[in-house]
Amino acid sequence: MKENDNNTDRRNFLKAGLLTGGSLLAASALQSVFSTEKDSGEKVKVLTTDGKLVEVDSSHVKKAQSCCVAPKEARVGIPGKKFVMVIDLSRCKDALKCQKACSKHHLLPEENKWLKVFKMQESAETAPYWMPKPCFHCDHPPCVKVCPVDATYKRTDGIVLIDNERCIGCRFCMAACPYSTRVFNWKEPEIPAEYANASYSPETSVPRKKGTVEKCDFCPDMLRQGKLPHCVTACPNGVYYFGDLNEDTVTNGDETVRFSALMRDKAGYRYMESLGTEPSVYYLPAANRIFPFKDRVVEENKEEKEHQH
Amino acid sequence: MNDIVKPANEAEAIKMLHQFNEDLLPKKFGKIGVTWVLFLCTVIAIGLFCYIKQLRYGLSVTGLGDTVSWGIYISNFVFFVAISLVGSLITAVLYLLNVNWRSPLTRVSEIIAVAAIVFAGLIIIVDMGRPDRIWHMFVYGRIQSPIMWDVIVVMTYMTISVLLLYFPLLPGIAFCRDRLTEIPKWQKWMYKTLSFGWQNKPEQYEIVKRAIAILSVLIIPVALSIHTVTSWLFATTFRPGWDSTNFGAYFVSGAFMVGAGGVIAAMYVLVRFYPRYNQYITDKHFDRMGKLLVLLSLVYFYFTVNEYMIPGYKMKGEEAAHLTELFVGKFALMFWGVQIFGMILPIILLLFKRFRRPFPMFIIAICVIVGAWFKRFLIVIPTLLHPFLPMQEISESSKIYMPTFEEWSITLASLAGALLIITVFVRYFPIISIWEVAEERGIGHDVIYKHLNEK
Repeated sequence: MKENDNNTDRRNFLKAGLLTGGSLLAASALQSVFSTEKDSGEKVKVLTTDGKLVEVDSSHVKKAQSCCVAPKEARVGIPGKKFVMVIDLSRCKDALKCQKACSKHHLLPEENKWLKVFKMQESAETAPYWMPKPCFHCDHPPCVKVCPVDATYKRTDGIVLIDNERCIGCRFCMAACPYSTRVFNWKEPEIPAEYANASYSPETSVPRKKGTVEKCDFCPDMLRQGKLPHCVTACPNGVYYFGDLNEDTVTNGDETVRFSALMRDKAGYRYMESLGTEPSVYYLPAANRIFPFKDRVVEENKEEKEHQH
Repeated sequence: MNDIVKPANEAEAIKMLHQFNEDLLPKKFGKIGVTWVLFLCTVIAIGLFCYIKQLRYGLSVTGLGDTVSWGIYISNFVFFVAISLVGSLITAVLYLLNVNWRSPLTRVSEIIAVAAIVFAGLIIIVDMGRPDRIWHMFVYGRIQSPIMWDVIVVMTYMTISVLLLYFPLLPGIAFCRDRLTEIPKWQKWMYKTLSFGWQNKPEQYEIVKRAIAILSVLIIPVALSIHTVTSWLFATTFRPGWDSTNFGAYFVSGAFMVGAGGVIAAMYVLVRFYPRYNQYITDKHFDRMGKLLVLLSLVYFYFTVNEYMIPGYKMKGEEAAHLTELFVGKFALMFWGVQIFGMILPIILLLFKRFRRPFPMFIIAICVIVGAWFKRFLIVIPTLLHPFLPMQEISESSKIYMPTFEEWSITLASLAGALLIITVFVRYFPIISIWEVAEERGIGHDVIYKHLNEK
């Protein structure tokens, strides 16, 4: 995906590597989830499809891995993981860096935002606050339930993905999702030239496909590299914590904390628990906010005002 | 019916059959008929052109967006499924209830059913983002999805409806084959092929009648299923306005009502353009269909009250925003318009004998049909405009729904297509079943056999 040339070769390397002694490599990759990428220069031996043993840089292999999880492999989760996200509403000031990073990395046009930041206000008397909303990756996903062709599915690591090569575009999942999460490719998506020939993976959703549904995917390509989703790393205020429920650990990049402790101490909750969808995304209440609430100014109006003054 | 003249002897019966042939065998269209067909073809051509455009540019040619992701294609689909239920009502329910005045109306209701269910299937393909992947339904199909249930019951219903149209039509095709002489070769060939060597033997009639009896029983649960399952496409979601246990009954009762309206409208058009048909579709038929429509409308009224009044009484959070929009908001004019003109007025007017006459009933039936179409619009669209989370972070165009020219064209083309099927059918096949009319008058199958074999 990132480097177009040698793409196929690398995929073969990866497959061969995983199939043979390279399982060690996979294990190390998984262990290093949430560790930052090191420029190691470390060499690993992998077997090519035609039986040659070759030596490549370990970081090299991992990079290739991110783009090469085929639709079939992408149906299985990352072993041993149960991903969870915690969004601390008291820290959000609507910086929208998360959204920009998300849209940039998933090559999304302006109208298809996977991550939305809502201005919430429960009633006239209650205070407004910002609520970032990715896909909730529900444990009882209504979208997966209604899909007629198994195009959207739930993985063992908790992630709900869409196979855009399978999707028939009936949009039942969009009607079924109570959180307005899913967006549709109403027209032929504009794909940058360097991605035009990339092999499709549900883990990257690149290249996007006309007439199919897409949504936030928790960046499984990043997770496979041991990195955090783009929104988490992009947030300047540490709003997003991401981690593994099995390890009971979440991190926002700066601090790593026990998930259960965070829930207990900050009264974590899930949005619309009553629907019974069991989201994988938790919220911390917008109490003791570190930023005063400031309404968003629409960019055009801002410019207009500046012109007037 | 009581005023049916029955033949006294065989000679009279054969004379009567001659008269039936004269009256009921299909005839060439006049100027109006040809103009009507050309008009329908033009509408279809425009729709086809727009669909090609849609295939090329994707669903972006529609007014749909991420908020209103289902629009008039889907509401039109629901409309088609609804109106197709009439086939089972007139042919099966009335048949099993031994209502004998139904016989001149069975075929017209069955062809409406077939035309509607065919276009229900087509319009749902039009709504798909990837119609090229329709085969995925069969390869990767998940039985847990209500869409699969719908595919299964709609296809079953389509099959049974076609059979229920075709079996009683067999003798009719044979009549055309044996009695229509001055017709082009291809038409002769068509009748010969479609009649499958039907010889009008009394035992063949027995087989057909048994088949009809079996199919009439089979079609009732399937008919209830198609519209119940269609309602479940909505009711299985969490959305306010759709999240209703009343939806199946609400849909089915509305379907029977619009179906009866469809038959009444067709009856009027037939009698108006084929004056001889009024010997068979009489004012009494209109009167009875009028009474039937009142009954069906009252049932629908009951479920409508349940559907809107109970949530309206509670005005629960998310439901309240949706209902307010319907009752007094942006959709109020349409909502009250369809309730009053599409349901309440028809009920009241049809209680009076003077309105149960062909022309007033035609107008009422048109109101019922148009009302039913917009009622389905009101079921699909306003709900989608009231998601749980606020409508923010989406383009302004996604916050409203305005169907585009392309969308209207394709939708109108589907309606025109269904009308074209019915029209072409009327042109080439007896729309009033000759042998059933004969049977109603006590003419035996042996007499029909003799009649068709006389030189």
